[in-house]
Amino acid sequence: MAKMNLLQAINSALDIAMAKSDKVYSFGEDTGAFGGVFRATSGLTEKYGRHRNFNTPLVEQGILGFANGLASQGSYAIAEIQFGDYIFPAFDQIVNESAKFRYRSGNEFNVGGLTIRTPYGGGIAGGHYHSQSPEAYFAHTPGLKIVIPRNPYMAKGLLLSSIFDPNPVLFMEPKRLYRASTGEVPEEEYTLELGKADIVREGKDLTIVAWGAQVEMAEKAAEKAAEDGIDCEVIDLVSLLPWDIDTVAESVMKTGRLVVTQEAPLTNGFASEVAASIQDKCFLYLESPIARVCGLDTPYPLCHEKEYFVDHLKVYEAIKASMTY
Amino acid sequence: MATDKKHQLEIVTEPQFLDGSALQIPMLQILKEDGTVHKGAKLPDIDKELALKMFDTMQFIRILDERMIAAQRQGRISFYLSSLGEEAASIGSAAALDDGDMIMGQYREQGALAYRGFTVEQFMDQLFSNERDLGKGRQMPVHYGCAALNFMTIASPLATQIPQATGYAYGQKMDKDGKCTICYFGEGAASEGDFHAALNMASVYKVPVIFFCRNNGYAISTPSQGEQYGGDGIAPRGVAYGMKTIRVDGNDIFAVYQATQLARKLAVEDNEPVLIEGMSYRMAGHSTSDDPTGYRTRDEEASWRAKDPLSRFQAYLIKKKWLTEKDAEENFAEKKAAVLAALKEAEKIPAPHIDELIKDVYDTPTPQLRAQLEQLKAHIRKYPEAYPKTASRIDGGDK
Repeated sequence: MAKMNLLQAINSALDIAMAKSDKVYSFGEDTGAFGGVFRATSGLTEKYGRHRNFNTPLVEQGILGFANGLASQGSYAIAEIQFGDYIFPAFDQIVNESAKFRYRSGNEFNVGGLTIRTPYGGGIAGGHYHSQSPEAYFAHTPGLKIVIPRNPYMAKGLLLSSIFDPNPVLFMEPKRLYRASTGEVPEEEYTLELGKADIVREGKDLTIVAWGAQVEMAEKAAEKAAEDGIDCEVIDLVSLLPWDIDTVAESVMKTGRLVVTQEAPLTNGFASEVAASIQDKCFLYLESPIARVCGLDTPYPLCHEKEYFVDHLKVYEAIKASMTY
Repeated sequence: MATDKKHQLEIVTEPQFLDGSALQIPMLQILKEDGTVHKGAKLPDIDKELALKMFDTMQFIRILDERMIAAQRQGRISFYLSSLGEEAASIGSAAALDDGDMIMGQYREQGALAYRGFTVEQFMDQLFSNERDLGKGRQMPVHYGCAALNFMTIASPLATQIPQATGYAYGQKMDKDGKCTICYFGEGAASEGDFHAALNMASVYKVPVIFFCRNNGYAISTPSQGEQYGGDGIAPRGVAYGMKTIRVDGNDIFAVYQATQLARKLAVEDNEPVLIEGMSYRMAGHSTSDDPTGYRTRDEEASWRAKDPLSRFQAYLIKKKWLTEKDAEENFAEKKAAVLAALKEAEKIPAPHIDELIKDVYDTPTPQLRAQLEQLKAHIRKYPEAYPKTASRIDGGDK
């Protein structure tokens, strides 16, 4: 075990994957010898050469088109999009190509070797274009897997699983936690199951569902609620596509109450999908309406970031409202 | 159209492959690095007043950039992006335009905005995201915009403004208003699909647009030659898309001015889109989040410092006797004092009222947005210490 931050854990996963197979390639804007703007790919060019870890020209649609082609040829393509906010020029390649490659060809071809890594989320004074959480756009796309780690241990194991999973995976990295989140991480290879939620805190009164950087807010809110004698269960969804309905439903059948939190705007966010599915599965168990604690339906603002951000206080208030309904 | 004479193909009977060497695009330079004029070069028609306005703007931007990088390091603003070494490219080109022409920038064209008349207070209000900021504090520092000065608000995504410039210019052409659009971008952004779409459409529709590529050698850490592109820079692409194209020394303000002036004439009088590639060097990091020592050498930077556009122009003006060393120093000190005073004032101005949060998503806020705002305000009233920027005047305040 070693103490790593989230970036080091990602770097370690990339290192192990590249050592494991010569067919693993890593590329993106500034990701070559420089190691990327966040340094997630540092040292990889030195170790594996510039034919394995390299810079791309500045063109996201090109990065994903290239990655789809490389993956269809049988390689493992790990494409970095520098910020989740800049993934949209590649939307066509991801939504119409990566996601449908296998289905449209009747499994003659696939891009299962594709992994898209991209930092997402706010809390870093990044304004409109360095703060967004665009997971819901992609969660509406059959054929993709979406994975979001909450800490270094999860990041390494999930990234290794994503790289070698036989399906294209969008791996979204909570950039606010890149250096802020540290923990013990095995130095060797290990994998974590995709599509499986993780109960990070057990409780009997109310269930909180979160993913990525919001898990921290859910845990802090649960701690604050515990001071009031409210016993919350916190579930990290881990994978949004496919997502682990059973773990959440089982929890809500126990607690009877659900709060879902996400950084992204409220309307049509993934929290809405969770709420709809759980009311379907758990209708007769619910003691109060399912609450969504989300960003406002505005672009992500700079000067009002603190007010806009879903912090633990907003989650805590939702817990209390649910308990006193 | 297929029978158009210029589209009739010449027939050859031996296979021939063309490569980049078939097209050698030279670089226009009028002022040499030491500020003297090339023999035989025709100086653009610039009088003393105009020359000094250009110089003053360059000097102001250099002071602003230096001061705001320091302010970011002190934690007074969150982010900054300098145009150090590229002042001639944006200021020389803006000076050759009409004030009614639209400017669509990438994010390193503060010089063009200052030339148009954006005041030091307006710069500071944006940089400090205060309630006087025209953009209402919503975007990161340097994302300026000003309708009164025909300067379209900056967006961080790269190259999105390039096809927009084509569309804007199409509207200008239809209105027959005698105006054009200039669109700035870097050589990195020219890799984006939007660049290619923009040039192709401009060429097809024949619109009055000037595409100004600031080729500054780097896209963050990625060097242009060999990693951003394999060919001869950006200029040949203009030729390939069938438009008038010129390459200039982007650190020579006279070359930039002259090329832009001629480009404007082509655009406005003949509806000819033009591509200008200004060769320069990004002397600073990409932004305050970047440290160039990780990817380039001090020697390389020093070789470009010798080509500095400001000292080159200053040397010319002194030789011409339009400026003295003493004037230049006094002007510098005066502008620096103004920048410092504006900075100190702007940082004391409060953030926009929380009610601004939901405005401008649509022309008027939806009922859902109003409800979300009320819910947020109730929350802030409950925890005022957690939201100090807005809590103190949430109910009316000083407005």
